[in-house]
Amino acid sequence: MDTHLSDDAVAPVPGDYKSDVKPIWCPGCGDYSVLAGITRAMANMGLKREDTVVVSGIGCSSRIPAYTSVYGYHTVHGRSLAVASGVKLARPELNVLIFGGDGDGFSIGGNHFLHACRRNVDMTYIVMDNQVYGMTKGQASPTTEADWCESKLTPEGPGVNPIQPVALALACGANFVARGFSNDPNQVARLIVEGVKHPGFSVIHILSPCVTFRPEQRGWKSTVHPYGREPTDDPNEAMRAVLEDDGFGLGIFLAGNRRPFQPESTATRSIAQIEEGFAV
Amino acid sequence: MTVDSVTIALVGSGGAGAMTAGQMLLDAAANVGWYGLMSRSTGPQIRGGEAAALVRLSPTPVHGPGDRFDIIIAFDWQNVERFAAELPLSDKSVIITDPSQGEVPAVLAASGARQMELPIKELAGRIPGGRVNMVGLGAVAATIGLPRAGIDAVIQKALGKKGDAAVQASNAGIDAGAKEAAGWNLGLELAAPNKNGATRWNISGNEAAGLGALKGGVKFCAAYPITPATEILEWLAPNLAKTGGKLVQAEDELASIAMCLGASFSGVPSITATAGPGLSLMTECIGLGVASETPVVIVDVQRGGPSTGIPTKSEQSDLNIAVYGLHGDAPHLVVGPTSIGDCLFTTQWAVHLAEALQTVAIVLSDQAMGQSRAVIDKPEDAPYTAKRLLATDLGGEGKYLRYANTESGISPVAIPGMPGGEHTADGLEHAENALPSSQASDHQKQLDKRLRKLTSYDYGDAWADIEGEGEIAVVTWGSATGPSREAVRRLEAAGTKVRLVAIRLISPVQPAKLAAALDGVTKVLVVEQTHGAQFHKFLRGHYDLPGAVSVFSRPGPLPIRAREVHETLLSLI
Repeated sequence: MDTHLSDDAVAPVPGDYKSDVKPIWCPGCGDYSVLAGITRAMANMGLKREDTVVVSGIGCSSRIPAYTSVYGYHTVHGRSLAVASGVKLARPELNVLIFGGDGDGFSIGGNHFLHACRRNVDMTYIVMDNQVYGMTKGQASPTTEADWCESKLTPEGPGVNPIQPVALALACGANFVARGFSNDPNQVARLIVEGVKHPGFSVIHILSPCVTFRPEQRGWKSTVHPYGREPTDDPNEAMRAVLEDDGFGLGIFLAGNRRPFQPESTATRSIAQIEEGFAV
Repeated sequence: MTVDSVTIALVGSGGAGAMTAGQMLLDAAANVGWYGLMSRSTGPQIRGGEAAALVRLSPTPVHGPGDRFDIIIAFDWQNVERFAAELPLSDKSVIITDPSQGEVPAVLAASGARQMELPIKELAGRIPGGRVNMVGLGAVAATIGLPRAGIDAVIQKALGKKGDAAVQASNAGIDAGAKEAAGWNLGLELAAPNKNGATRWNISGNEAAGLGALKGGVKFCAAYPITPATEILEWLAPNLAKTGGKLVQAEDELASIAMCLGASFSGVPSITATAGPGLSLMTECIGLGVASETPVVIVDVQRGGPSTGIPTKSEQSDLNIAVYGLHGDAPHLVVGPTSIGDCLFTTQWAVHLAEALQTVAIVLSDQAMGQSRAVIDKPEDAPYTAKRLLATDLGGEGKYLRYANTESGISPVAIPGMPGGEHTADGLEHAENALPSSQASDHQKQLDKRLRKLTSYDYGDAWADIEGEGEIAVVTWGSATGPSREAVRRLEAAGTKVRLVAIRLISPVQPAKLAAALDGVTKVLVVEQTHGAQFHKFLRGHYDLPGAVSVFSRPGPLPIRAREVHETLLSLI
């Protein structure tokens, strides 16, 4: 998107984009680092706070808007992408980012994710994946392994295969798809900057451990690895490569060339002229 | 001898052109100065199947369907049994039937209506490019005394682009039908039109609602198609674009309302339109609009329910969900237009109120208004536009209170682009500074504020249409107003005075105003179109109705006719 750079004489710093509100997250939650990455990205781009809107649904990571100092809308579970699309379609000059988790984005909000990808409105979706519903105290999410047996709701495991967010995003037509890891907020910031600057709908999938309900995810730091390929603008090539990825490759999978969806309109008629059409 | 109202059904299976003929009949009648109303009866099928254009014409404004059909003209009798109940007849009625299509079905013939045979298909067949619906239109025009000039203008407008051959074929068909009917002398000539010089409009309720949105200042619509509301969205698509607004098709109703909230959060007045199933899906986000104080307007064109119900037929049974459907204590606006033309005013007013009060307004139209077309006097311009109270003094960094607990309950809002107004609007309960709070004092304060802004607002006279005087009053709403009004006028003409109160502002309730409107009343008749008497129970829950209260309430799909209200009133006198 065309970013609206701050015209302050002094270069903005990440702290300029933080509010005074203390996050509700558990100590050690990956989302702290993602928040740090977000504010670094905003400072790096020098986004004008008043021209920036962050939208979220419901869940631990969806609390982020109140922790920033830009305009925010903390909405209902699963609908953040639709709300954000309304913001951007109505006011294309605004910078629009969306924050949320795997349950919010891929379960209750799954249909909106599909259509946000194919609609390709110029906005950036940062989805923090911890493979669990944390706010409701540890149930399986759509990215949880089929045999994860730690939830009282599904003591034998959810029994269904997890979805692969990056592959899903590519299949649905997202124009920019990347993956980051919360342990490296600088890399998270870089990916967000790339995503925001890339025209169209950008999906940044961020592995962000839940240390409370998925403590084993602390081990992700030794599981992740560089994706190891140059970003492609060819969705077919990106999809073939992603299907061989183990879900822990970090980097940019696709930086595509699809045109963003942004209907334009200019007033050419007065309402009085339109009314004349009803006259007998 | 003339009649002062004539009601005509043009019946045929898909492809016969009954709807086209009905539309041309209404347009031609409007051209010569008659008022009119045309509703459609169609089944759920996409193409084909049974269809009827139901037209009522009069020299005076038409408020609702006629008590019975004076004329039925059938191009064929396929499937007519399925909607015969919608075609009430009497022995004074006339059935125009083509002998080649078989006998008049017993269900209609049993009325004792006169039968006039017209070889429609044969007459059309003699004309190159001739069509049965034009022959029928000619016969109807001759029967009611519709001047030929009115039809000529319609044909020229509808077919002029198709060339002379098409125009000639239509004219020949009309002439053939008219010639046959000329000698019938059925006594159904409509009284001469009264051209009062005022501009008249030919408009549907759904178009009027769309126009009301534009006039209210709406610049964004997110749309998901649903019968019988789709025409609002299809009308808005080009007309929003022409006036600098935007319409986007959403993936479902969950998204359409959410997109509207997003657009509105960014400061752009927004609307969506739907029917009961869509409204059900939207309720969670409607609550978000209430809690986050983000204005939005939803037009619900009601249809038969529950569930998928009867999508193409009218009912007023979404009242309960519109008023009570949200979880939590979520006061919001519910308004109902009282006529096809009033869909304009009420939608425009709803946009104004939603924006002024920073809340959600649900406009309860219905299929009977939305998909019917009326010839009416051009509605007067109303002064209502979208005007949100914007924050002007943002008080320095971090000082802005998005949900300030003001006396009016309306908090000045900062929208994106305003430096210093940055805040996170929230569906979580919040403190005045918008930060989430589960404290009892904040919850109480914000609940009070969101209720107070609605209850302390001055809605003026538009809260209801109040007509007439007398000790008997009809209290009604929505499309039940039209037949109620006609019934009241009939009693007036016979020397009995009856009041009519049609409540436009359903919620918040206006007890003092209704008490004043019903001062001196000893008998109340509540008129509505639901199975469960939802409106009556709503009134009982919020108002003290004076005297003896009776209820006329029945479900769709049959429209409420003036005769039914009239007879009920007579039984009360």
